[in-house]
Amino acid sequence: MSVSSTTANRPSLYDLIIKRGWLGKGLLIVVGLLALWKIVVSLLANPTLFLQQVINGLQLGFVYALIALGYTMVYGIVRLINFAHGDVFMVGAFVSFYGIARFQLHNWLSNLAPNLPPILTQAVGTLSVMAVAMAICALLAFTIERIAYKPLRNAPRISALITAIGVSFFLEYFGALKFVFTPNFITYKRPFEITTWFVNTKGIGQLIQGDTIPEGSVIFSNIFIIIVIASVALLMALNYIVQKTRVGKAMRAVAYDKQTARLMGINTDWIISFTFMIGAALAGAAGMLYAVAFPQVFFWMGIIPGLKAFVAAVLGGIGSIPGAVIGALIMGQAEVLSAAYISTPMRDAIAFSILIIVLLIRPTGIFGEPSREKA
Amino acid sequence: MKKIPRSSLIFYGGALVFFIVVQLLISFGLLNAFWNTILRLGAVMAIVSLGLNLIYGFNGQFSLGQWAFYAIGAYCAADITYRWANLGSAGGLMVVLMIVLFTGAAILFLRTQLSKIRRLDALSAFSIYLLTTLILGYVALQIGKALDAPVAAALKALPPAVALQVVFFFAVILAGMLAAEISFLFGLPILTLGSDYFGIATLGLTIITKVLLDNSDTLLGFAEMKGARGMIGIPKITTWFWVFLFLIITIVVTRNLLNSSYGRAILSVREDEIAAKAMGIDVANYKILTFVIGSFFAGLAGGLYAHINGFLHPDTFNFIKSFDPMIVIVFGGLGSVTGTIAGAFAWALVLEGFLRLFLPEGFETWRFVVYPLLLLIMMLLKPSGIFGGYEIPFIRAVLPPNQPKRAEDLRSEDAIQSQEAGL
Amino acid sequence: MSAANQPTPKAAETAAPENTLEIRKLSKVFGGLRAVNNMEFSIPKGALFGLIGPNGAGKTTVFNMITGVYEPTSGDVIFNGTNITGLEPHLINQMGIARTFQNIRLFQSLSVLDNVRIAYHPHAGYSMSDSIFHNHKYEVKEKELTERAVEFLSVFNLQDRLRETAKNLPYGEQRRLEIARALAANPSLLLLDEPAAGMNPNESVALMDLIHFIRERFNLTILLIEHQMRVVMGICETIAVMDFGERIALGTPQEIQNDQRVIEAYLGPGSAALSEKFKRKKN
Repeated sequence: MSVSSTTANRPSLYDLIIKRGWLGKGLLIVVGLLALWKIVVSLLANPTLFLQQVINGLQLGFVYALIALGYTMVYGIVRLINFAHGDVFMVGAFVSFYGIARFQLHNWLSNLAPNLPPILTQAVGTLSVMAVAMAICALLAFTIERIAYKPLRNAPRISALITAIGVSFFLEYFGALKFVFTPNFITYKRPFEITTWFVNTKGIGQLIQGDTIPEGSVIFSNIFIIIVIASVALLMALNYIVQKTRVGKAMRAVAYDKQTARLMGINTDWIISFTFMIGAALAGAAGMLYAVAFPQVFFWMGIIPGLKAFVAAVLGGIGSIPGAVIGALIMGQAEVLSAAYISTPMRDAIAFSILIIVLLIRPTGIFGEPSREKA
Repeated sequence: MKKIPRSSLIFYGGALVFFIVVQLLISFGLLNAFWNTILRLGAVMAIVSLGLNLIYGFNGQFSLGQWAFYAIGAYCAADITYRWANLGSAGGLMVVLMIVLFTGAAILFLRTQLSKIRRLDALSAFSIYLLTTLILGYVALQIGKALDAPVAAALKALPPAVALQVVFFFAVILAGMLAAEISFLFGLPILTLGSDYFGIATLGLTIITKVLLDNSDTLLGFAEMKGARGMIGIPKITTWFWVFLFLIITIVVTRNLLNSSYGRAILSVREDEIAAKAMGIDVANYKILTFVIGSFFAGLAGGLYAHINGFLHPDTFNFIKSFDPMIVIVFGGLGSVTGTIAGAFAWALVLEGFLRLFLPEGFETWRFVVYPLLLLIMMLLKPSGIFGGYEIPFIRAVLPPNQPKRAEDLRSEDAIQSQEAGL
Repeated sequence: MSAANQPTPKAAETAAPENTLEIRKLSKVFGGLRAVNNMEFSIPKGALFGLIGPNGAGKTTVFNMITGVYEPTSGDVIFNGTNITGLEPHLINQMGIARTFQNIRLFQSLSVLDNVRIAYHPHAGYSMSDSIFHNHKYEVKEKELTERAVEFLSVFNLQDRLRETAKNLPYGEQRRLEIARALAANPSLLLLDEPAAGMNPNESVALMDLIHFIRERFNLTILLIEHQMRVVMGICETIAVMDFGERIALGTPQEIQNDQRVIEAYLGPGSAALSEKFKRKKN
């Protein structure tokens, strides 16, 4: 308990190292430099492979972004880590699967008007499936919110968290029952054909099946394009809703101060439900896009992407919408690059290590508002 | 001769009777292996949850990392006894012992030195500790290996059954201590984060631990842990006696700690950190202290768990299961030792017992459908848990009775009177 | 603790020993905002010193710098001749500075007795292992500690509330308990942050009596932030006035009441003349 009484006026080397925290920062810098070095070496060794990984990471990142928004919005408004969100994502994937495989929902326009160009009917069909998945997920989230979370609004925060875990278990294992989604891995049927292109220094071209990929080119498919376009469109729609509409304004008000918002005549219960629904709709869309990219659905599929998206939301600063997107893009890259260049089994661990390191530097995430408690 | 309070007599007496009854039931074969296992699992869960309750219920640090320390304890103890039982080597025991002693001593020494530095940031302290422990860990490893042969020879002089029990006992204790030291290193920088962020970072620890265990044979180089295939060949020697003994020790230590000035300091951190600091409580110190003690219990419980089934699989330490102790303490009543113990046994009986046995034919897969529904109903009906803040008299702190007012003591009595009149 | 009590050579030659607290060119910058700028004052031993100013003037920031919640950007805090600038809050408390908070910060769900016993913790007198084994030393010291706390609470007339949970006390008693808890740490300097906030005139009078009483009984130096002018003017011997992070006046209550800058700070520029008129009318 003794107190050293060094005067603060002349900073010695000791002071610099210890008091300014350079020892700790040095540790982080070393770790950061190692990672950077690894990236640069990989980039120089095989630029096309690296670029290919970045494209794959981008595709994953956008899907994560859609899920992460649900986490971040719900946290922003009720301070609840909604662990069931990943399972809503899973339900979205299954809904789209049944919509396509059982109800042929993606073919409705081409059945009605066979003469329309296939690109149009396919696009409309895919969008319809997505819309259905989003709607059902929104409905599911509404039900969950009303049954499981709303009665606990004034209970300790941990009770709601336990409930969220319960809901998550329930969705998973109810889904695993034989008459629901079955406990098996199911191959997903895409609502459209895959077309693949390659890009290299000479130009761009379509890759015909059976052809060898030209040397030094990066390939991408219409899945990538669809995911990017769909995600960006949904993000812009969300941004419009949150920033420009009355509901969005009410959401921001409720997130800022629930009591005052209620006094201003905002129906907070409805706004909270609405937030859950929007988040779930985005997760539903993400579920479908994820299943399109990795064509396999099973009752556990929501856990890991949900967790990654959650990490992304925290990384970006939970409660912040741009933060969630940035965090998700970082997570996508981190996952793909670490799987490619460091170690595939370690990629989940690396994602979390990045999160912990970022939190040590910025305790509330990249875009999080620093919390300063008033004494 | 000191007078023993009635509540203590009742508690120790009751515990002894309970132990003997269960032991007799087991000895006479009235309690089959299935229920025996469930009782032991319940006790193990109670120890883990008591540790978490200390961290979250009493100190207010929202930790999801308890399961990681449980895993570390389990694999550490399992490796020690595995080496002894299957290879006849005391290498595991000696290496862990040396590492725990060396780094433990280093941590204690560095703490006294570093506390003299004003406003040393946690990350710098962490770097110093990390470097020291890494270097000393390596030295300890070499010394431990050198001590293997003589100690193994000494242990072999004992009857084999006794030697195994001795190794097991030390393995469990060392598992707890190793978990505690790792929690200290990890907690040092992480405990500076705000509550939810701390929870998320500790969740990260659980996941990192699980990934490492999945690759324990390739990445960590422990061939006998067999990575994701699961570790087999661990002696099944966690008896009802051992779990009960450790459970009682855990309860008594928790209770003694909580009913002391140190316990009140721990509580004050939960209540209001800023006020606690202003009252001279070294908040950072008590946060890490509680985290370390809680993790010690987790490691202890892990060591016991490893020797129940003789089989360890990384999936047991999945982050989804890491919510179990959290569920137990919230279910039992946050900040209640009694509730935690009841909750842990209820958890084991319901989830591992009733739901496995009593679901109708064809509905076996409904176990995890019914469980969350029970959880939901429970949370909706009693959000503060079954016991709320209730404690049995043994655990409850003894407060002196309220004193009658002695008005003449206070010179400004009139002032106080008018103050109350104003209310 | 031992080193803390020895004055540093530098501090010893400049700090006059009769001053309990000395604030020298204290500044705090938050981001770009200069919350406190070159604040200076000193409090003689045994004084009752008031710190006033409009909302947002930086009074609580000064408090937080003295008690170590914030590290000052520049400047020094000298306590009994020791430079305590930038020490951690719990060490500052252990050196003998205790405080209360603007919005009462009791240990809400603990008993009244435990609130006070926590303040005794740095001097508990037994080690952690004593507590784990509940050995003889623990029993003795714990009993002693409890008895001391009960006795102490009876000084504040709270002995009939020992087992009550702090949050269930009425507001006035919560204030009293908070002051009692601060004093249980046996400080020589007590900082009170708006103790009369939310009190009606009767309660304020009681509070003023209480402050006088504790000052004599515990031989205290008191630094007080307060908005209720009646309280400040009624009990403080010296008052410093802050506005926009700077000290704009320092003097006796009489001097402060007539200070042009103070009146302007409170009522806006040009109001000094008005208030003169008002005063004359009143007389």
